[in-house]
Amino acid sequence: MWNYTDKVKEHFFNPKNSGVLDSANAVGEVGSITCGDALRLMLKVDPDTQIILDAKFQTFGCGSAIASSSALTEMIIGKTVDEALTLTNRDIAEYLGGLPPEKMHCSVMGAEALRAAIANYKGEAWEDDHEEGELVCKCFGIDAAMIERAVTVNGLTTLEEVTHYTKAGGSCQTCHEKIEEVLEEVLAKTGALKPAAKHAPGTVGLDAIKPLEPKAEPAAAPKLTNVQRMQAIMSAIEEMRPQIQRDGGDVELVDIDGKDIYVRLSGACSGCSQSAGTMMGVQMKLVEKLGEFVRVKPASLMPAHAG
Amino acid sequence: MSQGIYLDNNATTRVDPEVLQEMLPLFTEHFGNPSSMHGFGAAVGGKIEWARKQVQALLGAAHDSEIVFTSGGTESDNTAILSALEAYPKKREIITSVVEHPGVLALCEYLEKKRGYTVHRIPVDNRGNLDMEAYRAALSDRVAIVSIMWANNETGTIFPVEELARMAKEVGAVFHTDAVQSVGKIPMKLADSAIDMLSLSGHKLHAPKGIGALYVKRGLRFRPMLRGGHQERSRRAGTENAPAIVGLGAAAQLALVHMGEENTRVKALRDKLEQAILAAVPSCFVTGNPDDRLPNTCNIAFEYIEGEAILLLLNEAGIAASSGSACTSGSLEPSHVMRAMGVPYTAAHGATRFSLSRDTTEEEIDRVIAVVPGIIAKLRSLSPYWQQEAGRPKEFAPVYS
Repeated sequence: MWNYTDKVKEHFFNPKNSGVLDSANAVGEVGSITCGDALRLMLKVDPDTQIILDAKFQTFGCGSAIASSSALTEMIIGKTVDEALTLTNRDIAEYLGGLPPEKMHCSVMGAEALRAAIANYKGEAWEDDHEEGELVCKCFGIDAAMIERAVTVNGLTTLEEVTHYTKAGGSCQTCHEKIEEVLEEVLAKTGALKPAAKHAPGTVGLDAIKPLEPKAEPAAAPKLTNVQRMQAIMSAIEEMRPQIQRDGGDVELVDIDGKDIYVRLSGACSGCSQSAGTMMGVQMKLVEKLGEFVRVKPASLMPAHAG
Repeated sequence: MSQGIYLDNNATTRVDPEVLQEMLPLFTEHFGNPSSMHGFGAAVGGKIEWARKQVQALLGAAHDSEIVFTSGGTESDNTAILSALEAYPKKREIITSVVEHPGVLALCEYLEKKRGYTVHRIPVDNRGNLDMEAYRAALSDRVAIVSIMWANNETGTIFPVEELARMAKEVGAVFHTDAVQSVGKIPMKLADSAIDMLSLSGHKLHAPKGIGALYVKRGLRFRPMLRGGHQERSRRAGTENAPAIVGLGAAAQLALVHMGEENTRVKALRDKLEQAILAAVPSCFVTGNPDDRLPNTCNIAFEYIEGEAILLLLNEAGIAASSGSACTSGSLEPSHVMRAMGVPYTAAHGATRFSLSRDTTEEEIDRVIAVVPGIIAKLRSLSPYWQQEAGRPKEFAPVYS
């Protein structure tokens, strides 16, 4: 039996916002019955304020698929369309207190449905985006663009992880080579992510293991004061800005709340499908600089905003 | 977790308390190695031979020496197939079915990919019955072994193994059957049978896990998989798992006693459960062949909902069942058995197996009958494929699939 968190169980046994939303003006439908999960997300967006006033879902799928859908609706109600777009599958999984690796694709389905619904609202053809990428996994209808997103957002490094997150390659396995190609491409692009993603913060990678010094020095790093910590965060973000600005965007530190660091992406970054990847890059950088685990979140997710 | 309603006996069964009583002295009192030349060993050796006779009786085998104790169904399956291939090295073909247990299917796939064997996988029809024409066509003197299950673990559908075995004999092929689900539920007389080898597993018949047996007909060419000591007449090396072997012996004795009950009382409960659910729940059907199947097994496909979600809600109601859905296993496809029968995906994901045992009571079945319709209705109310008000399926075709 899966080791679901209490939060997953809560959203599965008593799903929030399930059913049909008759007044919906944005509908996103993803998945299929052959895949074993499918989701219809219905949104009611206020055309003046762009705020999502209500959201409902109908889901065919397992416990975590239903829980992810329920969580998704809770997370987006009260947000503007653009704020909602910054949401990633990781955010859904984190909201639920984590999902088993084999079930991460349920959170991906939620994020994809949201993108589809918002594309529908804006009158964009969601299929266009779909056709961008080459269909990689024929069994589950997963294209290269979706694999790229999953790899970037979640810092995936192996074929197995890609299958856990997207289902791609989970059936006939003939596309494994193609998936590896996409994976290598993305990893090459986001080269900076590569070494850091290899091992979790606080652990040591093989490359870092050195013979012990004969005279061991007191190793404990001095604990930063709050001011030092804040300055370290600010300087790390300053260091990253030129690179992000080169891509036509910008990043700004908004607040520090313990382990949660809120930033605002602007320019070409806001609403860009790669914005989550940028967030991830900032997070990696900060973890490296501070020597502790922190979580980088969009300013839109600050508690004061949460409705 | 409190004692719930356990309807997953095809997955595993509860060890019968009488079986446990027989086993306990083997841990502390009769702990000797049966190979030893002293009294400690001799006492255990006698117990093992007693157990062998019980299994012989359950299978209706001609000789007790035809029973080889193994670690379970998978080891028995692997031993049987590899033995036949080694005994007949010039024959390079294997026949099996598409609905076998992974203990057979995965090995055949390996032999096909890595050892260059030709594997014939005989298909089934939509009721799970074997395609006899395809079987006949696959048989030839190039076939070393036929390995086809006696009854299917997911649907309970029974294959005509006796006929299959006779046909295999006509071309000189060894016939093995995985009878893990049928031993104890179907009366057997292997002494009069054309079956050469048969696998059984202890934990499916109220013995502990980690013990099984392989029946090897006297005179059949046999090559061991595990080589080492002379245990099991050198057919399966390794110090005997004496407590579990005695447990299997005791369980076999009890299975013979309860065989009638399995086919009367347990079968009646199964039928009651099935008919009540079919009557109360729209858009569901029995998978497999309802007219020829194990008396304890009922597999119902609930359309437009997914099996893991069903199991989670059943579990919440204290009911344990099982599903052929993709999500329960962590694999991404619905069960190979459902797909082989051509069960539509709309139903395969919702296939739910209830497997009873002699421990099952009528009160438990009544409770399940009371709970299931509500669970199905709840999940359908969440499903985009189900039209709630009309109580029937509806069109739903997402943008990409």
